[in-house]
Parts: sequence; C-alpha cells; structure tokens
Amino acid sequence: MAELQSGGGGGCCPPMDLFRSEPMQLVQIIIPIESAHLTVSYLGELGLLQFKDLNSEKSPFQRTYAAQIKKCAEMARKLRFFKEQMLKAGILSSVKSTTRADNNTDDLEVKLGDLEAELVEINANGDKLQRAHSELVEYKLVLQKAGEFFSSALTSAAAQQREMESQQTGEMTIETPLLTDKEMSADPSKQIKLGFIAGLVPREKSMSFERMLFRATRGNVFLRQAVVDEPVVDPVSGEKMEKNVFVVFYSGERAKNKILKICDAFGANRYPFNEEFDKQAQAISEVSGRLSELKTTLDAGLLHRGNLLQTIGDQFEQWNLLVKKEKSIYHTLNMLSLDVTKKCLVGEGWSPVFATKQDALERAAFDSNSQVGAIFQVLHTKESPPTYFRTNKFTSAFQEIVDAYGVAKYREANPGVFTIVTFPFLFAVMFGDWGHGICLLLGTLVLIVREKKLASQKLDDITDMTFGGRYVILMMALFSIYTGLIYNEFFSVPFEIFSHSAYACRDLSCSEATTVGLIKVRDTYPFGVDPVWHGSRSELPFLNSLKMKMSILLGVAQMNLGIILSYFNATFFRIGVNIWCQFIPQIIFLNSLFGYLSLLIILKWITGSQADLYHVMIYMFLSPTDELGDNQLFPGQKTAQLVLLLLAFVSVPWMLLPKPFILKMQHQDRHQGQSYEALQSTDESLQPDTNHDSHGHEEFEFSEVFVHQMIHTIEFVLGAVSNTASYLRLWALSLAHSELSSVFYEKVLLLAWGYNNILILIVGIIVFIFATVGVLLVMETLSAFLHALRLHWVEFQNKFYEGDGYKFSPFSFALLDDEDE
Amino acid sequence: MYGFEAMTFNIHGGYLEAIVRGYRAGLLTAADYNNLCQCETLDDIKMHLSATEYGPYLQNEPSPLHTTTIVEKCTLKLVDEYKHMLCQATEPLSTFLEYITYGHMIDNVVLIVTGTLHERDVQELLEKCHPLGMFDSIATLAVAQNMRELYRLVLVDTPLAPYFSECITSEDLDDMNIEIMRNTLYKAYLEDFYKFCQKLGGATAEIMSDLLAFEADRRAVNITINSIGTELTRDDRRKLYSNFGLLYPYGHEELAVCEDIDQVRGVMEKYPPYQSIFSKLSYGESQMLDKAFYEEEVKRLCLAFEQQFHYGVFFAYMRLREQEIRNLMWISECVAQNQKSRVHDSVVFIF
Repeated sequence: MAELQSGGGGGCCPPMDLFRSEPMQLVQIIIPIESAHLTVSYLGELGLLQFKDLNSEKSPFQRTYAAQIKKCAEMARKLRFFKEQMLKAGILSSVKSTTRADNNTDDLEVKLGDLEAELVEINANGDKLQRAHSELVEYKLVLQKAGEFFSSALTSAAAQQREMESQQTGEMTIETPLLTDKEMSADPSKQIKLGFIAGLVPREKSMSFERMLFRATRGNVFLRQAVVDEPVVDPVSGEKMEKNVFVVFYSGERAKNKILKICDAFGANRYPFNEEFDKQAQAISEVSGRLSELKTTLDAGLLHRGNLLQTIGDQFEQWNLLVKKEKSIYHTLNMLSLDVTKKCLVGEGWSPVFATKQDALERAAFDSNSQVGAIFQVLHTKESPPTYFRTNKFTSAFQEIVDAYGVAKYREANPGVFTIVTFPFLFAVMFGDWGHGICLLLGTLVLIVREKKLASQKLDDITDMTFGGRYVILMMALFSIYTGLIYNEFFSVPFEIFSHSAYACRDLSCSEATTVGLIKVRDTYPFGVDPVWHGSRSELPFLNSLKMKMSILLGVAQMNLGIILSYFNATFFRIGVNIWCQFIPQIIFLNSLFGYLSLLIILKWITGSQADLYHVMIYMFLSPTDELGDNQLFPGQKTAQLVLLLLAFVSVPWMLLPKPFILKMQHQDRHQGQSYEALQSTDESLQPDTNHDSHGHEEFEFSEVFVHQMIHTIEFVLGAVSNTASYLRLWALSLAHSELSSVFYEKVLLLAWGYNNILILIVGIIVFIFATVGVLLVMETLSAFLHALRLHWVEFQNKFYEGDGYKFSPFSFALLDDEDE
Repeated sequence: MYGFEAMTFNIHGGYLEAIVRGYRAGLLTAADYNNLCQCETLDDIKMHLSATEYGPYLQNEPSPLHTTTIVEKCTLKLVDEYKHMLCQATEPLSTFLEYITYGHMIDNVVLIVTGTLHERDVQELLEKCHPLGMFDSIATLAVAQNMRELYRLVLVDTPLAPYFSECITSEDLDDMNIEIMRNTLYKAYLEDFYKFCQKLGGATAEIMSDLLAFEADRRAVNITINSIGTELTRDDRRKLYSNFGLLYPYGHEELAVCEDIDQVRGVMEKYPPYQSIFSKLSYGESQMLDKAFYEEEVKRLCLAFEQQFHYGVFFAYMRLREQEIRNLMWISECVAQNQKSRVHDSVVFIF
C-alpha cells in the first residue's frame, strides 16, 4: 500500500494526471490552540485538505467552538435582516466594495449589532409615523364619506318631509333615513338620543360585520357603508387592504358597548365624527394640514433609512463573505479533537501528496507569533483514501459524466480520460449532419464567449446544466461536423465539397432516382459518402450496411479498450489472478467471436467480396466443419474458424473456474498458523484508527466467491453478444436522424417551395425552422446524448470500472459561495 | 368500497399521502430528543433545531429566545404544512382535514369565553389561541353573555354550530358551564367525526375508528377523574361520554358511578388494551396517567403509517406533530427554568 501511495504504480503508462487519482495521504496536524484559527483559515484558502470529523459522537453544541458558531449564526441572522431590509428598500448590494473592511470579527460583531439597533429604531420610528399617517388618511376618508351620508340624508329627509306635509301619508321604507325619525317625533319627551359610530372596516369582513351587528342588537341599528375605491394602508398591520367606510346609528348605552366590542373584534378602526358641517370642514382642513406635515417627516425618515442601508449595502457582500468564512472555520475547528493538555488541537485529514501545506502552516505559525509552530505529519493507514482528479474547466464536465455513474475507486483507471474523445464521437456518429453540427457549435460558442459573465450570475436549472456542459457540447458539435462531412449530410442535402461525384449518367435516359445507368467516370469520391447515393433507390441499403458494420467496428474497439483497461488496473494493483484468469480469457472470448467478425467486415470492404457475413457467423456455430463455398474470404478460413471457436469455448470455463480456487488458496496461505491471533485483534479493536489494518481476518466464504464469479462470467459471455448488439443503436439513431431531417427538408421545405407562393413559402420556412430546432437540435441531441451516455456507462465501463470510491471534498473557501442557501 | 381503494386512492390522495409521509420523516427522532435534553440554554435548543426541519422557521429569531417563541414558530411550521395540504386536497379529504381542526376550535372558543369571563384582554387571549382553530368571528365571542347568545351571535356561522344543539341554555356562563359545554361539544364533535369516517369507509374507517375510539375513551376517563368530587351528577357525567369507543356502553355505566381513582382503575383494567396503561401506574396515582395515555396514543398513531391508502395518516401526522411541539415546549421550559432533572417527566418519544 505504501508503494501505491508513493505513486509509482504499474509504471507502464506515461504520467497522466487524469488517468489515476492524485496520490493521497492521511496527515495529522497538531496546532497550538492560539494559532488554530489562523492556521485553519490559511488551509481554507489553500483548499487542499479534507478534514475528518474526529468528534462525530458529540452533538453540535457540545463541541469546542459551539459558542463561536452561535456568534457567527447571530451575525448571519443580522446580515439576513439587512438583506431583507435592503430588498424592501430596493437597494442592491454592490459586488465590489472600494474599502477593505476590517477582518476582525469581534469588531464586525459590534458594528453589526450597532447597525441593527439603529435600523430597528429607525424602523420603529418610521412605523409609528406611518401608523399616524395612515390613521389620518383613514380619518380623512371617514370625514369625507360620512359627511356625504349626512348631507344626502338631510336633503332626502327634507324632501320627504315636504312630501309628507303635502300628502300626510308617508310610508316608511328601508331607504328612509332614520334621521327623519328624530325630526318626525314631535313629542320631545319621547325623543331618544341616537348615537352613531363612524369608522373603516376591511371590505372582506364587511358582510359578516353587518350580520353580526344586526344579530347582536336584534336589528336595532342602522348601518351605512361606502366603498373606498383605493386600497388603504391599515394602521395596525401596515398592509394595504380594501376597506369600507361605515356609519352605525344605534340607540342606548348597551347597544353602544356591544357595537364597540364588535368593532374591536372585526378590526374596524373608529374615528370621532361631528354631525355639524362646519365642524366637519374644520376637521378636514386640520387633518389635511397634519397629513402634509407628517408626510415631510416621513420622507425625511425614509431618506435617513435609505442612506443607512446604502452604507450597509456597500460593505454587505464583504461582511457576508467574512461571516461565511468565519463560520466554516469554526465548523472545521469543531472537527478537530482537543489534546489532553488542552493546549493543542489535533486534526486529521486527507490531502494530495503534491500539496505543500508546509508553507501555509509555517505562515500561520509565523503570523500568530505562537511559540510553537503547527506540527504536520503523515499517518499510515489502510483506510481507502478519497479520489481526487485535478480537472480544469474543460475536463471537469467529462469527469462529471463519469462521476454521475460512480466515483472511481482510489487510483483506479479513470474512464474520464477516454470519455473526452469517445463520448462526443459516439454522439456524433448518431448525430452526423454538419449543418446541425454548425448550429450546435454556434450555440455553444455563445456560451463559451460569454463564459465569464454567465459564470458570475445565477442561472435557472436547464441553462445551468447546458452551461456546465458547454465544452462537452462544443466537442459534440465539432465531431458531428466531422461525421456529417463523412455522411455527406447538410440538413439532409448532399454537397459536392471535396470533388465531383465519381458517377455520371451513361446517357440522357437515366433518371436521378436510380443508380441503374450510372457509370464511374472519375476517381472514387475522396472523403465520405459519394453525394450521388443521396435520393437514389439503393441509398438506404447502402448506408444501412455501411453504418451497421461501422457500429460493430466501433463497439468492438471500445469494448476491447475497456478490457485492456482492466489489465492496467490489474497490473497497477498487482492482482495477477485478474490478468491470467480474467483479462486473458475475456479478450480471447470477445475477439474470437466479434473481433473475428470485425476482421471479416474489414476484409470484405477491402476485397469487395460478395460473401454473406451473417451466414458465415451463424454457420461458424451451427456447422463449423462445413465448407464455406462462396462465402470464403481468405484461404484457411475454415481452420481459423475452428480454432477461434475452440478458443472461445475454452475461455468460458477458464473465466469461471480457476479464480475462486486461486483466491481460496491465497486466503489459506495468508492465514496459515494465524488461528490464535484473536487476542491481537481485540487489542486492535480498542484503537479505532488501526481497526482497518486487520483486514487479514475477514471471512472467506468460498460459495459466495464462486457464485459471484459465476455471475460475472455469465454476464460477460452474454454481455459480449448483447453489448455488441447494443452498439447497433449507433446505426439506428443515425438512420433516424437522417430520415427525420430528410422528411423535414423534402416534405416541408421543398413542398412549400413547390407552390410558388410567397406566403406558403414563409409558413413552410417557419415550420421547417421550428421542426429543425425543436425535434432535431433539441430532442435528437438529448436522445443521442443519452444513448452515448448509456454506451459509456454500461457497455464500456462494465468491463473494468468499479466506481466505489468517494470524492475528495476539501475544506476550501473557494467552494463556500456554491453552497448558497 | 373496501378492498378497491388501492386502485383509485392515488388519483386524488396519492400526492398528499406522499407529502404527509415526507413530513412524517421530518419528525424529530430519539437521537434528536437525546441531544435536546442535554441542552444548557434555549440557544442550544435553537442551534440543534436549526439542523432539523424547524431550521428555516427559527433562524431569523434574535438571540434572547423565549419558550413561547420556539413553540410559536414550531406551531407556525405545522400550520403552514396543514394549509399546504388543505390547499391541495380535494373532497372528501379536504373535509377530513377540516375535521381535524374542530377540536382546536372548541378549545379556542372555551379559552376566549373563559378569558372574557375573567376579564382578560381579548387581544391577549387571541394570541394564546391555537392558530389551527381560528375562525373569522372568533374575537366577537367576547360579546356573548350566555350560551344562547354565544350560539346565535357567533357560532352559528362556524362548523361547530351543529354540535351546539345540546347545550343551548339561557343560563349565564360560568366556569362549570363552560367546562360542560366544552365536553358536550367535544362529544358531539367526536361522534360526528366518527360518523364521517364510517361514511368514508375502507381502511380510513377502520383505522380512524380505532384512533377516535381511543380518543373518546381517554376523554371518558379524564372526565370521570376530573369530575370526582364535583357537583356533577352521575347522569350528567354519563351524558358527556361519547357514544362509541371500547368503553361504550357498559364501561360508561361503570365509569359513571366511580367515586375515586382506584374505582376508575378497576373499571379500566377489565379492558385489555388499557390494562397495560394502568398497570404502569401505582395505586391512587393520576399524575402520570396523562403521559401514559399520550404514549399509548403515539404508539397507535405511528401504527397508522403502516398501512397505505387511507386518510388516517393525516390525522396521525397532525397529532404526532402536536405531540412533538408539546415535547419541545416541555424541554424548553425545563431548560429555561433550570429544571433539567424533570425533562424526562413529560417527554413522549415518538420514534
């Protein structure tokens, strides 16, 4: 294991950063308590150490730095409060701040506290003023609306009285104002004092308010309501709501009490109101005066608040970052365990070997003027380290494709290296059209050119995903231009780019739609498919045969690559049995069947033979001793087939049987004479760190290993057939793509063209564009992407990839922004 | 319809059942309670809760916390979840969900009426009301002087109106009256809810009848114990028991004549499901009875989640969350008053 960590490995391949994980080591850091904070903050800036939680059994508030974390949370809360206030006031926090703020958290805490108190006070004052203001507004409304009631009631009462005087038969209706009662009751002794209450009630409650009043007083009230057109700010809640002005007339003290209670219960604000008109007018003018006064005060308050928020906004981002950093530092410190002497913190963590943390540590120790510097030492452990690939912005998207399936086991061969080329290539085989390729290229170039701008802002889900994979799409576009040129397709239109078609009509009688009558007049078309095939009757049989065979060739090549990678893994981890009992029989099996098929395909292309390959392959199994006849491609083919068949049959038990027995023997060798070691193992279990070293004592269950091997073998043998068949999807999707694009071209664009009508042409072009973008550029891209993904995850990676590692996630300030809440 | 609900339940109830099961997964676990019980200050509790689903509700609270703030915020979360479910629900689930809140409505009505009787401020009383049991005209309750007015003025508009048929009297309100009113209302409510669940049929009826029967029996026992030594007559007492449940009808006859706690115990021990509850208590003790009942209830509520395609999970979830909030309140109170030794007295672990 030590050798593995030192990074030599198999030594067969040139140093490739991406091919294997960076060598990692477990380091222990002993930091004096006084310089701990500074040291951890330097480590966070370096971002190359993944701390292990040594206090996982302690709950968050029992840890050493719980108090500081609480303080940070409190500061974060204040910052959130500021942010909310700034959002309400419409002030944006400036991203770049001009002044460098103090880095001292204690000062910042005090400052934030002061600012919060100030802001809260300003808000409270503002609320008070606002409340007074909205009360006055409501009062004014009441004065206006209720004044209208009274004046209209007076006029109608006067009119009625006149009417009654003339007719003497006044009938009471519900519209009759109650005020007339008062005037009509001639007898002064019977005169009842009618009281009234005026105010505003929320409109949605007005119905139930009226009902409640009616019920509570048994109908002995008179209620008038008027709708206020514009929403009014409620003095209590400060929210805008729709309200009605009401006036209730009642008689008697008990009714008054009830009405008052009901008003309170319904949140109806009451205002004093005077019956006499001149006093009303006086009140209105008074209220208006006070309103304008209050308005100026309010504005001044708002301005003050705005200024305060602006100053906060200038430094907000900086503070926010500082608090986040602080919090993460204390969270990290909480993962360290306190030394017995309580003077040092002891931490453990994974870090890549290349990292020179010594610098950061020395700096930290120097800066904090601590008498003892931090000590840093490498621990040896059998625990599996995390996997860490140093990716850049180009390779990271491809690595993510692999990681989505499973993170590589520590130091195992990384399929991500090959994915960079094979993934876009397999995609392009299914998406071969250089017109569509150029569209994709333009789209992704937009993303790449505006990279800096887009990276700094928050994108929605789909855009974010596209943006993250921009370099994958770039490669996909480039490759699909390449395959498009080979297929000679440009929105399904063939072009004669590289030279003229090799074929021409023998005489005038031959039509375009058939190859009959064409003769070869020039050299073979130099690159890709001859354009003359397009639209001919034999186009499909020709292209199908071409693409089908090409798919098998590509598939066999990629599967072979996968098996060869398993060889590199075996040599790297020094597991000989995997080479002899897995790699060799596997490669023999695959190549004796499908490698042979590939060979036949190439031979057939070279020789131009008419041999039927289906027939050859099928009868190779059914009757291997029969003569091949016309289907013979090379001399001695029958003998070769017999040998290959024999090899394939031998390699199956070879894969199945020896490995479990060899493993069993190795296990027994290792444990000879170790039967009495139970004591040592209990010793070890006392020390949690060395617990993993005792891997020699694991159970060896032969039946389990055997069943496992059997499953593997069956999977491989069946998989060799089904995976090869699976690669035919390359042909199928490419066929679907070209057929779809030719349908859109011929049935939409050419059809519209044929009408010779500008309107139809425009409609046709629009339909064509939408179909091309929607179906071909979006849907087809997605489906080809998914199929390429599947070919990598299943057909390629199952040959060698374990993918049971875990990712290196260092403590780093650079990653802080990502975890935005 | 029994047996076929699996086929059609998910058309309307599937989404919400998934939601409620997700909510249930967010309930605090025994490990959480262990940690909470070790807290030294309310800030510790906040810190611990911030790692749970309560986090977003508590994170913006300024630092000197009060128990009431914690409870208020936790209840707010429950209310938000309830409202979300109610918005998404279709008939008959929405009616079922509304039924769950009627109990709180009754409690709120009683709280306001009692409070007004003792001349408390209405606004202050409103703050104490459970938010799930609020209705529009609740503040108007203060106007009423007697039951008849109470009904005629306010409650006739609320869903509680039908339950009032048995307690309309013109007597003035006093403590005894109100308590009887509460129990009469509750009896009518439970019976109505029970009938509603029976009407729904299927697994809902099966599971809810079990849960409601337990609730009814618990109330019967509590009424009996609380009315010992008061002027409530046996017949009146008998009238307050709900007409269903395991104890109905013979247990009720026996409970109605009980004169002390040991007699109650004698009656209850005849019923196997309650035997275990009473066997935990020593003779003559009634303090721990509440906790024992709560524990039994929690056990039954958790079992409701074992079966699929029924509405019982909604009821069970609401109840469990309320129990959790009660637990949090107790723990916070103990921590705030430095009575940590008593933390375990009243906390009912849910998982």
